[in-house]
Amino acid sequence: MIRVQREDFDPGLELVRLTEGRHEIGGVVSFVGLVRDMAGGSKIGAMTLEHYPGMTEKQLAAIEAEANKRWPLSASLIVHRYGKLEPGDRIVLVITASPHRDAAFDACRFLIDWLKTKAPFWKLEDTDHGAKWVDADAKDDAAAARWVKKP
Amino acid sequence: MKLLYFAWLRTRIGKGEETLTPPIEIRTVSALLDWLKAQSPGHAEALKNLDVIRVAVNQEHVPFDAPVGPNDEIALFPPVTGGSR
Repeated sequence: MIRVQREDFDPGLELVRLTEGRHEIGGVVSFVGLVRDMAGGSKIGAMTLEHYPGMTEKQLAAIEAEANKRWPLSASLIVHRYGKLEPGDRIVLVITASPHRDAAFDACRFLIDWLKTKAPFWKLEDTDHGAKWVDADAKDDAAAARWVKKP
Repeated sequence: MKLLYFAWLRTRIGKGEETLTPPIEIRTVSALLDWLKAQSPGHAEALKNLDVIRVAVNQEHVPFDAPVGPNDEIALFPPVTGGSR
């Protein structure tokens, strides 16, 4: 399942809802991304996440489908927020559940790495030096590249 | 053809979307970007460095040699920066 929303989410509640009654699940892994108060040496006040409605949902669903092709997942969830966020706020949630922990760990890492380079979100940060669009990080491309299948 | 602009492309061009009718010989993303540069000083400024432009046609990421047609939704944006840092 995927959701794109302005509102906050409750990671514990989402985890319970995703897995309750699913007794084939042996392991659940979750990743929660938070807004930090520092970036590149600048203090961040708030940030605004812009996205491309329609394409965002389509890309997240495609990324989730790819994870389900690669690993035997019992359940998965991606929640990504947009709009204005403050330091400490939750931005993104990825949950993966599987009969065995290896698949859940690997799929969770894959999902967060891939969504960072494929889902159409852009961050505008309020810094000491004014509002600044965040540049893509080469480290994110490198992280995603680890998951590209060799032909 | 529907054009959508995001992040600093939107602010530099001065609008989030527009409907344009490029000449019939514009058949690829590359050709479209070159044609768009001539539309206004804002377009020229936003598109001066194509290394930092990414393109989606009908909501799918595509390379610059991808085909474009009159009924397509074309989005131009900088490299994406979702998730946490």
